[in-house]
Amino acid sequence: MMKNNGLRKEPVSDTQLLMTITISIFVAMYLMAMFGLGGGFLHVQQIFDMLNDNASLIIVSCGLTIVMIGGGIDISVGAVTSLVVMSCVLYLNRGGNIFVAILLALGIGLAFGVVHGLLISYLEIQPFIVTLAGMFFARGMTTILSVNPQKVSHEGFTALRDTKIEIPWLGYTAKNGNLVPARMELGVLVAFVCVVLVFILLKNHRLGRSFYAMGGNQQSALMLGINVKRTRFISYVISGALSGISGFVFMMHTGAGNATNAAGMEMNAIAASIIGGTLLTGGVGNVAGTFFGVMTLTTIKKIVVSSGLNDPWWQNITTGGMLCFFILLQSVVLSRRNGKKKTL
Amino acid sequence: MINKLKNPFRNGLGQLTIPLIAIIILVVFNLIRDPSFFGIEIIQNNDGNNVLSGNLISIINGASELAILAMGMTLVTAACGGQDISVGAAAAIAGSAFVKILKSGDSISGGKVLLAFLFACVVAMLFGAFNGTLVAVFKIQPMIATLILYTCGRSIAYWINGGATPTVTSPIINAIGSFIPGIPVPTPVLIVVIVGVIFKLVFRLTSLEIFTQSVGINGSAARLNGINSTFIKLLSFIILGVCVAISGSIGVSRLGLINHETLLLDVEMDTILAVAIGGNNLGGGKFKVGGSIIGAYVIQMLTITLYAMKVSSTDVKAYKAIVIVLLVVIGSPVVKAKFEKYMSQLRAKKAAVNTKGADQS
Repeated sequence: MMKNNGLRKEPVSDTQLLMTITISIFVAMYLMAMFGLGGGFLHVQQIFDMLNDNASLIIVSCGLTIVMIGGGIDISVGAVTSLVVMSCVLYLNRGGNIFVAILLALGIGLAFGVVHGLLISYLEIQPFIVTLAGMFFARGMTTILSVNPQKVSHEGFTALRDTKIEIPWLGYTAKNGNLVPARMELGVLVAFVCVVLVFILLKNHRLGRSFYAMGGNQQSALMLGINVKRTRFISYVISGALSGISGFVFMMHTGAGNATNAAGMEMNAIAASIIGGTLLTGGVGNVAGTFFGVMTLTTIKKIVVSSGLNDPWWQNITTGGMLCFFILLQSVVLSRRNGKKKTL
Repeated sequence: MINKLKNPFRNGLGQLTIPLIAIIILVVFNLIRDPSFFGIEIIQNNDGNNVLSGNLISIINGASELAILAMGMTLVTAACGGQDISVGAAAAIAGSAFVKILKSGDSISGGKVLLAFLFACVVAMLFGAFNGTLVAVFKIQPMIATLILYTCGRSIAYWINGGATPTVTSPIINAIGSFIPGIPVPTPVLIVVIVGVIFKLVFRLTSLEIFTQSVGINGSAARLNGINSTFIKLLSFIILGVCVAISGSIGVSRLGLINHETLLLDVEMDTILAVAIGGNNLGGGKFKVGGSIIGAYVIQMLTITLYAMKVSSTDVKAYKAIVIVLLVVIGSPVVKAKFEKYMSQLRAKKAAVNTKGADQS
């Protein structure tokens, strides 16, 4: 290995490059919104609102990023989230304990993760099909539990749900002179903890590095002495557990269970990971990028709403357009870099 | 070698084993549960036609859109090693385009329906070409490239209709969606047969099948052998576009209205499943369109069986998932290898017993 002695700069990896592009585009877009549209974008609360609404999406995307770095895919995450919400709501309404509810959420998520992992890594079935079946199963179970929306009436839980962290110095003075502090929900804290833990795992831990090795080239990973089967199994278990946590956070945000909860969340999570610079082929990706991917997606939607495009179709069409832009950008950037490498 | 020659079943049907076993299991299960399940009778429908009716007919009829989409999806899967997840959204767009032309004048004539269908085809082929360009030219994985249209496709369909769900009432549309007077077989089934025959003819008369296979197995090797792999990939998406337009038009004709949210909802997942049950490798390469068609009927038969068992339409998914897992576990390479090892051990034991017996006598 050559030592970095100042004469030769270490080249930027694909992961870092894609993440940098995402973060700069997010910052540019937000600044544009601040100066162009003003309004809510000038308050810090806007960012906190975006975090509050998307805490569960951030958690789910973390798990998905790990799976995608390992070269797999998990499209069951949204459905598992929905199933966890419904089961916890029903359990709490029967006078359950909050801690048991948290364990229940984790347990359901872990169970899905373990089954997915077993089928995918030890029976070598295609991940798309296995997690598709998981998605069908979770969605079906949700409607079997209850077709009608259920509201949580548990007292301890409503107290927990309404607990908000208030940060006065980030607030703003309203027109009537009152100080409105910035409000953050507890779920956001959970999401931050998840992002940081996954970041450390991917950056510094042996297991995290083997996800990259496995996704980059399975054969080489095997030759490096990595237990590929076990590593793949663990990646799905982590994703499942995070879906469980995400379900509980989702419930803390909405306070109700509904069969259509978290509909389309899996695709949003995949989109966020891609915008954040994770490649579906595996080996490239970063959870910090994923976090900014979620924020970018949300900012696009907020900009569309506040710029007066009220017709219901514009939100999705612009999201699709932005997704197209990011995907093309990544493709062009990566192919140019790879082209250069070949000529050198 | 000799063993392989001796066993034509394994050679010829290898890929189709799983879907055929699935169909046989479902048929036997239904016969045990209710022997009259597969009864077919001729009844008079509301228009006064004598038509076939029964569970078997509703299975074959209901799977029409899925079967057509599965044929196109097989090509895309084989050539690109990935799946198009935007077929449902694209079908909504094609359906909207179809209705847009139909609603443009006062009356609906046969020529206008044809024009509307051709317009829907062109629109769907354009969107297919968009997906295909992203995949073939920009080398983006199919699932991600089609995620764009998956996200915004149904909204585009909504936009084409100007935020409404218009209805179409015409005897011609009704005939396409249900029965042509005088013919007892549902029209969508006839359309599936026509599309299937066209696919078969194309494979017979052109080298599309072998080209697609070689591109899917190794794109660069195919390119070195003079096959334009970019074009083959693009072509597979455009062919899928035509399939999407056909199923979208059938879907609209069936209901007589276009609802951008519910037209062929979740069909992309079922289509990919049909391709996988058909024994095609989702990573590309060798393929059998016939397998995917059988896969589509397996899925529909499963759904109808569950409906017949009084499972509500929202709960069907959970049971479907269990059956899917069972099917893929049986078909998984590890289980197959274990089973074959066990069988060969058994055979060796038998042979040993036989030779022993021969020695003793």
